[in-house]
Amino acid sequence: MTTKLFGEPVRRREDARLITGKGRYLDDIGHDALAAAFVRSPHAHARITGIDVDAALEVEGLVALYTYEDLAGPMAEPLPVLIPHPQLHAPRTGYPLANGEVNHVGEPVVMVVATDRYVAEDVCDRIVVSYEELPVVVGVDAARAARSCVHEEIPDNVAARHHQETGDVEPVLADSPRTLSFTQYIERSACMPMEGKGVHAKWDADDDSLRVYTSTQASTSVRAAIAAKLQLSLDKVEVIAPDVGGGFGVKIMHPWPEELLIPMAAIALGQEVKWSEDRREHFIGSAHERQQRQEITVGYDDDGRITALDVHIWHDNGAYTPYGIIVPIVTATQLVGPYALPVYRVIVESVYTNTVIVTPYRGAGRPQGCYAMERTMDRIADELGLDRAVVRERNLIQPDQFPYDHQLTFQDGRPVIYDSGDYPGLLDKLRTLVGWSEAEQLRADAGARGKLLGVGMAMYVEGTGPGPYEGGHVQVLGSGKVLVSTGLTSQGQGHETAFAQIVASELGVPIEDIEVTTGDTRRFGYAVGTFASRAAVMSGNAIALAARGVKEKALRIAAEVLEASPEDLEIDEGVVQVKGVPGTSIPLRTVAVLSNPLRYAFDEAARQATQFAGPGDDSKPPVAPGDAPGLEHRDYYSPIRSTFASGAHAAIVEIDPATWEIDVVKYAVVHDCGNVVNPMIVEGQVHGGVAQGVGGALYERMAYDADGQLQNASFMDFLMPYASEVPDIDIDHQQTPSPLNPLGIKGAGEAGVIPGTAAIASAIEDAVGRRIASMPISPTELYDLVRNDSSEMTAAAQRRAGTGVMA
Amino acid sequence: MTRVDTERTITVTVNGVPREATVPVRRLLSDALRHDLGLTGTHVGCEHGVCGACTVIVDGAPVRSCLMLAVQVDGSEVRTVEGLAHDDHQGGQVMHPVQEAFRECHALQCGFCTPGFLMTIAAGLEGRDNSVEISEEEVDEMVGGNLCRCTGYANIKKAVHHAAAAMKDDA
Repeated sequence: MTTKLFGEPVRRREDARLITGKGRYLDDIGHDALAAAFVRSPHAHARITGIDVDAALEVEGLVALYTYEDLAGPMAEPLPVLIPHPQLHAPRTGYPLANGEVNHVGEPVVMVVATDRYVAEDVCDRIVVSYEELPVVVGVDAARAARSCVHEEIPDNVAARHHQETGDVEPVLADSPRTLSFTQYIERSACMPMEGKGVHAKWDADDDSLRVYTSTQASTSVRAAIAAKLQLSLDKVEVIAPDVGGGFGVKIMHPWPEELLIPMAAIALGQEVKWSEDRREHFIGSAHERQQRQEITVGYDDDGRITALDVHIWHDNGAYTPYGIIVPIVTATQLVGPYALPVYRVIVESVYTNTVIVTPYRGAGRPQGCYAMERTMDRIADELGLDRAVVRERNLIQPDQFPYDHQLTFQDGRPVIYDSGDYPGLLDKLRTLVGWSEAEQLRADAGARGKLLGVGMAMYVEGTGPGPYEGGHVQVLGSGKVLVSTGLTSQGQGHETAFAQIVASELGVPIEDIEVTTGDTRRFGYAVGTFASRAAVMSGNAIALAARGVKEKALRIAAEVLEASPEDLEIDEGVVQVKGVPGTSIPLRTVAVLSNPLRYAFDEAARQATQFAGPGDDSKPPVAPGDAPGLEHRDYYSPIRSTFASGAHAAIVEIDPATWEIDVVKYAVVHDCGNVVNPMIVEGQVHGGVAQGVGGALYERMAYDADGQLQNASFMDFLMPYASEVPDIDIDHQQTPSPLNPLGIKGAGEAGVIPGTAAIASAIEDAVGRRIASMPISPTELYDLVRNDSSEMTAAAQRRAGTGVMA
Repeated sequence: MTRVDTERTITVTVNGVPREATVPVRRLLSDALRHDLGLTGTHVGCEHGVCGACTVIVDGAPVRSCLMLAVQVDGSEVRTVEGLAHDDHQGGQVMHPVQEAFRECHALQCGFCTPGFLMTIAAGLEGRDNSVEISEEEVDEMVGGNLCRCTGYANIKKAVHHAAAAMKDDA
């Protein structure tokens, strides 16, 4: 069959418009819209004592100004806590515009609407907001010390205390042959999509309806939020995600204040209003992620087998908790990785700071969990003088142990039961791919060149494709065109291509006939969103089920016409035919026409169909009970629980002891996401994830000062990797299909980023022989660490020093 | 009322077509292309000249249109991503080799930075002797000033090689 495209590196269907400048991103919409801009708080923690707009009113082109006082009804209430949790005992959210108090630099205070953005910003410049400054809390340690607090009623700054345990950890630790304890840190980075957020809203006063475009990862939920907050009927609100210039998590957070305020203004003014976030706004007005302090105690035996793991984490959630404790739960439950831990206890305290909110950034807590677990493995190996790969190997869950139940509860409230995998297989492939056994030779060669070389590795298991559901709709038109839609959105993952491949394969139609629409509530009203590596698993399977429904109906109709049994029919290249009987066939587009008993002959397709239409049975209605006109089917995929993808990364770093510049000279990835729809796209996801992993390990951090000012809120100062910073990546694949879904796939979106920090920390530590316990690490920090006589030397370095090998 | 702007009328040849626009003197070239001339293929990623998403070709040289005022291109020739392909005179378009290469090599994901890369690379490849095979260093240099958050750059570099090879065959 020529239409079996599942698994092929099909070139992307979205590219034709994107390489010719015909993409339609948020700011490309609404040429004549009024423009909004925001006055944002310059203080990290302050009381607003006055807002003087007199000078602003003079500016020609000003249309409207809004402060908290102008918000009414639900808009004047705090923004929603999207995902409440019993352990989130003190949730707090802000208001669409600050209500008397600001809790981070960048919090919106005044919205200005003007004839264009330049004028709107002129107006903002002339608005004077007076503040009474309050004590500022920055960083997990300050939040923990709680000498001052972010929210007056929460003196300890603790929003949530998330706790899971699989047994009684303390007696096992006490009985363990060996234990070790350590503390480590990981810093803040951020998604930083190349396109910031943006919203465009248009009110149709004649129809009392609202159309909103927003650069989002969850258009159906933004729609529900707008309807609730602006008190509109859901059927009068349409929300569409146009082409979205990257998301990486920040656009799954919703509703952003602007997603409510821009529609509010559009309705009030009866005109189109648009807001496009600028880069500085994105730094201070969106979301960050990753900062944690991790205290770890592990019990293990002389062979390096873990007996018990006890982890206490302090997680910086920023000023508010609109996204609940998803990130802490993900860290807590994904930390265990590919390892069988006899007993595990984790406590994550989620704390408030006067900084930008923390919501998922690609990996969403997994990189931190992986960092905790994998650095624990490294420490055990170092203490025992064992190969780091061997210690990992001894703790791996074995291929015959699936399904493997960790006795934990995942972010979706379902048990953490691994569906399938082959972790020893991953490790073996990784060792070969990176040349693990040649590490000492490489170190000696680099030493001869005056360089310090180190190797490191990290393994991970990633819960992907969480529920509760996604849906798909497939419709064959009389023209032969196949319309496919799903509610979840796209931000560059190639869904138009991957979903078309699935339909082409399932239905037996040429991919050229398929049109895929995502993230448009006019086409599909129910969806959860694009996050947690779930689009291919969830919508992919839903669309496959919808296509199967269409196929079943098509074969039933065609069977009547061709006087054959449906079982004897097949569809290939858009033609239904009797297997092995060429010529006994009917085009699928004709079946589509026949599927509707009302057939005005508007076109040739309908005229042709009449030749197949039988006389009909006078004793039955034209549409049988339970049947429906049209060749279409809608279906949903709702999994019992997540699938679990896995992988292993290794990095080789070379460090120049003159400059302490850290160069990742080799990066190896072994990746298992089950069955693959399009290997070209999956590999692209891995490349992009690794680049973000390297950025997070070596360059990216949000540099807040003690006053809560973000010192590097620009691309000049926040160092995202250019091509020169991203190493060449060697990739090997393994496929353990998921038994949980019809297509056997697992998610692939986030995997690339997860082990980067852990693997690179391990490699740097191996190179310099000093304990790396805070990431990311810059050349200056590494220099300071190595020069500081009190910084801890690894046992491996001491052994090497003893044998005369350069540490 | 306070009027902040003063305006100028400029004439600029965009993608071979003479265009006239009356723009405030402070209007950035990126905004003028997008909002005054309706050429939204040029994207704005940072507005401070670091990401390169807004790169267009002005009088043959790649420039960051967010660091230039529209009035500065009065009398100039500007090429944007919309002008990269050329007419096949049969109602269709012939893609530039770098466009073809980006599609073939999966050198884009969300596509937001892509126009800037395409214009930078097109200027780079058109400005070199394509009968000579391109070196890895040249490729690194060509793509080294633009940010992409999706691809990790590997496939972008591959696409430059691919486009250079195609242009070598045509050279």
